[in-house]
Amino acid sequence: MTLLNLAMGTGFILILIGLFGALTQRDILRMIVGFTIAATGTNLVLIAVGFLPNRTAPILESTAPMADAIVDPVPQALVLTAIVIGLGVTALMLAFAYKIHAAKGTLDISKLTDLKW
Amino acid sequence: MTKRLIALLLLLGLGTIFADLIRGFTPDPALNMSAQFYAARTVVDTGAANIVTAIIVTFRGLDTLGEVTVLFLTAAIVALVLGGNVSGVKPRNWPVGELLQTGTKLLVPLIVLFGAYVFINGHLTPGGGFQGGAILASAVLLLLLANPARRFGHQLISRVEAVSGLFYVGIGVLGLVLAGGFLDNRILPLGEFGSILSAGAIPLIYALIGLKVGAEFSSIMASLSESEDK
Amino acid sequence: MIELRLVFGAVLAIAMISAAIMAIWPGRSRAIAILAAGAVSLFASIMFLLLAAPDVAMTEAAIGSGLTTFLFFFVLGRVRGRKDD
Repeated sequence: MTLLNLAMGTGFILILIGLFGALTQRDILRMIVGFTIAATGTNLVLIAVGFLPNRTAPILESTAPMADAIVDPVPQALVLTAIVIGLGVTALMLAFAYKIHAAKGTLDISKLTDLKW
Repeated sequence: MTKRLIALLLLLGLGTIFADLIRGFTPDPALNMSAQFYAARTVVDTGAANIVTAIIVTFRGLDTLGEVTVLFLTAAIVALVLGGNVSGVKPRNWPVGELLQTGTKLLVPLIVLFGAYVFINGHLTPGGGFQGGAILASAVLLLLLANPARRFGHQLISRVEAVSGLFYVGIGVLGLVLAGGFLDNRILPLGEFGSILSAGAIPLIYALIGLKVGAEFSSIMASLSESEDK
Repeated sequence: MIELRLVFGAVLAIAMISAAIMAIWPGRSRAIAILAAGAVSLFASIMFLLLAAPDVAMTEAAIGSGLTTFLFFFVLGRVRGRKDD
């Protein structure tokens, strides 16, 4: 098992754990924690896809061409964006959770039965 | 109980798909075509040393503009949902320890300096606008924690954010007029490789992005901390 | 001889998965769940360094482990008073 398989496997397991937490909890704050863990796992998988063994970070040290000594830089640029947007989504979820608590007095989703018929 | 069982079955199905993905994955022996293009043309086209920075700011700069727009929308919606109380908020006055207050006075200038260093040197070392903006936001957070009764200067934050966003798009349009295309960084001279005034307009663009992102994060945190207490 | 990177990566993986399990375990208080999620982000940031991605490691450490935990604790301080679940 190489480092790449280890990182990818860990990322997938984190996605599964986060989704399980988001699906079975009743408290809104714990659901949001589950989503955060799943997002971290997804970013880990994306970086692991771009990793080539025995190569170094994509930062040039001189103008010499280094196309055979660096890892793939494109997934890193994409994951940078994904992390920042993940924070934005978490902030929105938390603002809505706060509003629900202010309106209903509880954070338990089984007690929010306004739309049930 | 059934809810957990159904969730477990669903995740088991997902788990088999993931296992299949891992088993069928073999890393390439060499870089693929687009990565080779970026690795070969970064120094020639942009003069930056950090390839990820060159991709984010120049080669795929339009995506970064979209991301900054999404962050702006997030900050605006959080401020709207939490119903920013401009007046009538009673300031919480729990006793703040003297250690925190003195430590804040010492640390906040250093943190701001470090954040500015990180986003100005984005094209030479690992770092850049998003990291520097997050560091600036943590300095603002420290101020919030040490002085909870102070009315926060929303005016200053929103002005910084608006002005840097305007200049960012202005530099992009200048790229249209003076150089190859929108957000081209050759409007300023490329300079010599490895010095701080190199890579054209990349330090300028990244500094503006860092200020804008830091202002947006600070605005989100100020909205959350000033929402009405029960 | 197993190389050092692999051993370090395995230790980090075990730490990450146990922190994630602790974060969604149903009986604990909410503050511990939030801190465990912050620990998952921190370990992921170190693993990004092992995978030769320093930019991403810095961003994940600052934003994922720092600012997200702050946001959670701000909201947790507002909704305290009900201890259900």
